[in-house]
Amino acid sequence: MNLLLIAWKNLLQRRLASSLTALSIGLGVMLMVLVLVISGAVETAFTQRSIGYDLIVGPKGSDLQLVLSAVYRIQPPIENLPAMYLDELRNDRRVVTAVPLAFGDVTEDGSFPIVGTTDEYFQNEYLPGQKFSFQSGGQRMVKLFDAIIGADVARQNGWNTDDRFSILHGGAEGSKHDEKFTVVAVLAPTGTANDRTVFLNLDGFYAIDGHEKPVEEIEKRLRDFYAADADRLQQALTELDDYRQQLQVEEQTGTPAVAPRAMQEVTAVLVRTRPATPFDAISLSADLQKGFQAMAVNPIRPIQRLMTNVIGNVQKALMVMTGLIILVSGVSIFVSIYNSMSDRRREIAIMRALGAGRHHVFGIILAESALLCTGGAVLGWLTGHGLAVAAAPWLIRRTGLLISPWNISPWEFTLFPALAALGILVGFLPALTAYRTNVADALSQ
Amino acid sequence: MSLLLQHIRKAYRQPEGDLLPVLGIEHFELARGEQAVLLGSSGGGKTTLLNTISGILVPDSGRVIVDGRDIVSMPEVVRDRYRASRIGIVFQTFNLLPAFTALENVLLGMTFSGRAVDHDFAKELLQRVGLGHRLHHRPSRLSVGEQQRVAVARSLANRPVLLLADEPTANIDPANQDLILKLIRETCRDHKVSLLMVTHSMDAAQQFDRIERLHEFNQPELCQTGAVR
Repeated sequence: MNLLLIAWKNLLQRRLASSLTALSIGLGVMLMVLVLVISGAVETAFTQRSIGYDLIVGPKGSDLQLVLSAVYRIQPPIENLPAMYLDELRNDRRVVTAVPLAFGDVTEDGSFPIVGTTDEYFQNEYLPGQKFSFQSGGQRMVKLFDAIIGADVARQNGWNTDDRFSILHGGAEGSKHDEKFTVVAVLAPTGTANDRTVFLNLDGFYAIDGHEKPVEEIEKRLRDFYAADADRLQQALTELDDYRQQLQVEEQTGTPAVAPRAMQEVTAVLVRTRPATPFDAISLSADLQKGFQAMAVNPIRPIQRLMTNVIGNVQKALMVMTGLIILVSGVSIFVSIYNSMSDRRREIAIMRALGAGRHHVFGIILAESALLCTGGAVLGWLTGHGLAVAAAPWLIRRTGLLISPWNISPWEFTLFPALAALGILVGFLPALTAYRTNVADALSQ
Repeated sequence: MSLLLQHIRKAYRQPEGDLLPVLGIEHFELARGEQAVLLGSSGGGKTTLLNTISGILVPDSGRVIVDGRDIVSMPEVVRDRYRASRIGIVFQTFNLLPAFTALENVLLGMTFSGRAVDHDFAKELLQRVGLGHRLHHRPSRLSVGEQQRVAVARSLANRPVLLLADEPTANIDPANQDLILKLIRETCRDHKVSLLMVTHSMDAAQQFDRIERLHEFNQPELCQTGAVR
């Protein structure tokens, strides 16, 4: 028999007390594992290169809001850009791809965000090296009111191809649009915000009754936007004048007016620059910084800032709290073992009488404490990951985070040695009591 | 010779600071394989003497020679191990460890001796005391008599040269007293182990060839003021 086995037998002898103290450590470790798993998922979601584009172009304002609305779809959009500006971007020699996004509406069922875009969005990579695939249906929005939906939308709303749905204007409490949209394809899960998004044909998005703004409002916006570009402003105003005339004719004869490009807007533009010249993205961003009303944002930087300043601190606070829980559990182990020492003086004296040295009984008590801590840690670790496995589908549905329940954080590798050390630390004083036990006195009691 | 005591002095310092002399033994010896019974009044120093012989207590002065080596001069770590390997102890209250089975209690006796743990010998000892069928029972599931038999087996686990028994039959029903006593004496005889047994029972004492009365060879007044450990 070795000291570890003797310690284990002693713990078994006090099953209830041992289980409860190990459980308290286990609960702390379980919480820590859950925090680490969720933090890991949040970190992955926010620190991976979250989009397969180099820049997001949008109206001037908060860069973080632009990224959160265009990529994560968890913030309202800032404002709109003239669609003419999209054409300018497409003509820029530095730009390889410019994909428009128009958003602001939500589905009537489930309040999923609506994004108007073109098929180009689905032909490009949504993350570096990862292209969209479809779990059902065709892959193009051919008709005006065709829609492609994300995997979570399909699962949560029970939608599939050919199903029809309505959308609400400008948020979940807005008025319902008359148009009905038809699902033509369901995206395979991506682990990104695309899973929770409904994509409409951009032209269909423009055609929705109520989406067209009054000509005067558009004119004012264009005058602001192109204040420093007289040529383009003139071109836009000419289009608007022509459209006004068409509207008068429409009123008199019923001949429908066709909205010019100047009347159309986009909320953001996803831009990919030439891969061979990585400075294109920087120079384009710098150019936009100087003038007009637009800005180009590298999608990584604002998120990194958010991670460092907000989410990272919340994670640290949670880690500190779970650490404190474990520490308190450690103290409870200390109290439990220390209190049992007076009852165990005789046992210790018997072992000493049988020839155990002071170092033997010291080691046995330390081993008991370390076993309680590491045993509780193993229990808590397994329970934590087990709970993460059980809760992952629900969490993924609720948050869209890509939860990997068995993804082991580097912190976890330090958990077991740290808890063994904690066990030794809290067991030291009781072990010292055992070490100092007066054998003759204890035997005579 | 298994045991030789020379010039043993032992006094306790009392809470008031006074010294309470307990042992003053000039000479005591026990030959190899010899069996002796030690009689004495309560509080007369019998347990202190057994603890001193076993090295649990260290005398203020004098030599305790067990199997040819003075355990008083040994460092504590060496003395502990020497006790485990040379001296068996049977307590009045058995002192089995409740977390361990009968077999494990015997093995525990071997664990601290520094020698290899011999499972077969532990089983053999338990069979010898009639507990071959109770190897894996914990003390709480054994009768009082059975517990003391486990304690006897444990005391012999390291093939000691000297067995110290402190009133081993005091807590046992009369029917079992003779059985246990016979068991201790026979196993000591078979393994050529010297036996020093403390008892209050004259019936038990009369079975021994050598009967020692503590007050006859212990003169606590020999203790002088001096270092008290």
